[in-house]
Amino acid sequence: MAQHKVNYLQEGGLPIALTTVDKLVQWGRSNSLWALTYGLACCAIEMMASGASRYDFDRFGTIFRASPRQAEVMIIAGTLTKKHAEFTRRLYDQMAEPKWVISMGSCANTGGMFNTYATVQGVDRIIPVDIYLPGCAPRPETLQYAVMMLQKQIRKESAFQKQKPKRLV
Amino acid sequence: MMREYKNRKNQQKKAYYNDRFWVAPTLPKLDPQEDEIFEQDYKALKKSFKIKEAYIQLGQLVLVINPQDNKTVLEFMKNELDYTFLSELSASDYLEKSGEFEIFYQLLSISKRKRARVKCRIKEDSAIESVYTVFKSADWAEREMFDLVGVKVNNHYNLKRIIMPDDWHGHPLRKAYPLQGDEAAQWYEVDKIFGKEYRDVIGPEQRDSARVDKKDTKNFARIFHEVPYGEKPSDKPTKQDYQEEDGVFFIDEFKKENSKVLNTRR
Repeated sequence: MAQHKVNYLQEGGLPIALTTVDKLVQWGRSNSLWALTYGLACCAIEMMASGASRYDFDRFGTIFRASPRQAEVMIIAGTLTKKHAEFTRRLYDQMAEPKWVISMGSCANTGGMFNTYATVQGVDRIIPVDIYLPGCAPRPETLQYAVMMLQKQIRKESAFQKQKPKRLV
Repeated sequence: MMREYKNRKNQQKKAYYNDRFWVAPTLPKLDPQEDEIFEQDYKALKKSFKIKEAYIQLGQLVLVINPQDNKTVLEFMKNELDYTFLSELSASDYLEKSGEFEIFYQLLSISKRKRARVKCRIKEDSAIESVYTVFKSADWAEREMFDLVGVKVNNHYNLKRIIMPDDWHGHPLRKAYPLQGDEAAQWYEVDKIFGKEYRDVIGPEQRDSARVDKKDTKNFARIFHEVPYGEKPSDKPTKQDYQEEDGVFFIDEFKKENSKVLNTRR
């Protein structure tokens, strides 16, 4: 019979780690960033590529969820038109706290090349943005980098901070 | 071969285009008699309708008619002349020139392998009759014409905006509509989501997408000097690494010197 006993003193230390609750909670949050399945234009293709097997978002704990109630991070992937702006805001409002927003690509950042009457000139006009991701369209590696930056930012925050009074934008 | 050298020193000051009497070249207009099938069609139409002008351009028959006849002409062309397919319908804006819209119907006859275009002009305040009952494809095309150009259509069963939101102000494809929108358009999303009193908080649209502003920490305007939203701007370049310097709890530390760089393709 095989012996399944592990000698902890010899095999790499005791199964004990000392940390703060803050760090533990934020570590958990940062490594289960569920993103909203929400593509607006061609950046959504890059977002899908990031989610698929070659770039594999799952290893960061980023899983696309088809409901804003289950999502923590909203990736604005594409051109936001003025007609659609209210729906984006509604989806953002439906997400549970804590929530973060990545503005992906030139169109979402500033309106990009669509300097016209029908395009919102930057999503930060309607929702607060945590990470701006430049590019047209950004490569999947760039989106991964943005997610890792967001994870880093989340790790810095306190887990039990009082919910800040809502600024709309 | 090298391109001819031109002195472009004062190019910006010169008017971009200075031939005031230049006339745009137009495509040749042929008589309908040039084509056998078109000649027959034209003759048949001429018996019962007033055709203001008829010619062949780019191998297509163009007919200019009175706007009151539009439905009957299309009905005749569909049933008698076998133009069974309305591929496009729209209007163009000639308000500045003559106070009119030009409406065109692009038709296709599959059996004859010919295309024909029916044109008519209406005044800005008058309306055109819907051809939805003749061609089903006119349904959305007429709504689009109403939405973007602002041509009123009579007897359409569901005449409302199709592309712009229902509460949009103005008709964007008119020549007089500004590209970056009128006031209602520029504040549209703010007014709709937050209300008009929130305009002061958000401020006007920033139309220069290449803007770099060191002092602005509330918009996409800073490079290499990131600070959190609304905080004091700093001139110190921020180092953006994947991980904190002392590593991350439970996660292997990323060491650049250990990473493998592939110089050639495998």
